[in-house]
Amino acid sequence: MILQAVMFYLFAVVAVASGVMVVAARNPVHSVLFLILAFFNSAGLFVLMGAEFLAMILVIVYVGAVAVLFLFVVMMLDIDFAELRSGFMRYLPVGAVVGFILLAELVLVFGSWVIAPGVAGLKGAPLPANAAALTNTRALGDLLYTRYIFAFQAAGVILLVAMIGAIVLTLRSRVGVRHQSISAQLARTRAEAVEIVKVPIGGGAGN
Amino acid sequence: MPIGLAHYLTVAAILFTLGIFGIFLNRKNVIIIMMSIELMLLAVNINFVAFSVVLNDLVGQVFAMFVLTVAAAEAAIGLAILVVYFRNRGTIQVEDIRMMRG
Repeated sequence: MILQAVMFYLFAVVAVASGVMVVAARNPVHSVLFLILAFFNSAGLFVLMGAEFLAMILVIVYVGAVAVLFLFVVMMLDIDFAELRSGFMRYLPVGAVVGFILLAELVLVFGSWVIAPGVAGLKGAPLPANAAALTNTRALGDLLYTRYIFAFQAAGVILLVAMIGAIVLTLRSRVGVRHQSISAQLARTRAEAVEIVKVPIGGGAGN
Repeated sequence: MPIGLAHYLTVAAILFTLGIFGIFLNRKNVIIIMMSIELMLLAVNINFVAFSVVLNDLVGQVFAMFVLTVAAAEAAIGLAILVVYFRNRGTIQVEDIRMMRG
């Protein structure tokens, strides 16, 4: 129990501190790296809660794909980041006010919040009786591939659309590059490709 | 005091607020704004999983996975738009993005 509390506070403090650094870091590359740290520690929190599968998905999808994508874009674009930082201090007060108001509201909500009495009957997918023998991944898979199969397929379609959209957006056909055009090659006929010139003797090919 | 639901909700609330704060603070830098959005989605996911575990109901975790899917798609499309915008304008100043304003 003590170990769990220690690990919770470790993960929580590091996650929140790296969250602060994400928004406050001077260099966007550092921001991305702190974002990765925040994701790792949130994955640790997920493991503590008992959601191992989501923790691994978080590490693989977020750290492995999304954060690396951010890193690529930050490093690929040649941006003057010092200039982008210029209004930082000017926006600080209004941001702090909005943030404190939101945090106070959330604290008020959490302070006076209780679980509704009838909520046990509203459960969408209560854990089966042999839940202790079931791993988190197995239980999630049992649910995802049966009752939520259509939502799962829709998620796949969303990812496909996002992939095609990203490719279509960033693909550019550059002019001045000599590509092989197979259709143009195959569409040539003998009549337009070869010209037979009758050369008079002693006249040369020019006339 | 044993670690319970309130602890996880507090962490998620702080992370969510940090996301909002980051959007206000880095109003000129789209990349940091998108990172802040990712931070907010992460906080929402922590809430989903915490309630899912406390209520013994797996639907929360299923929904958290769909949130992850949409977040990944959003990041890919957003960064693609950013790259195209940078190619056309040579800058990513948010304040300059007013081409579609009437």
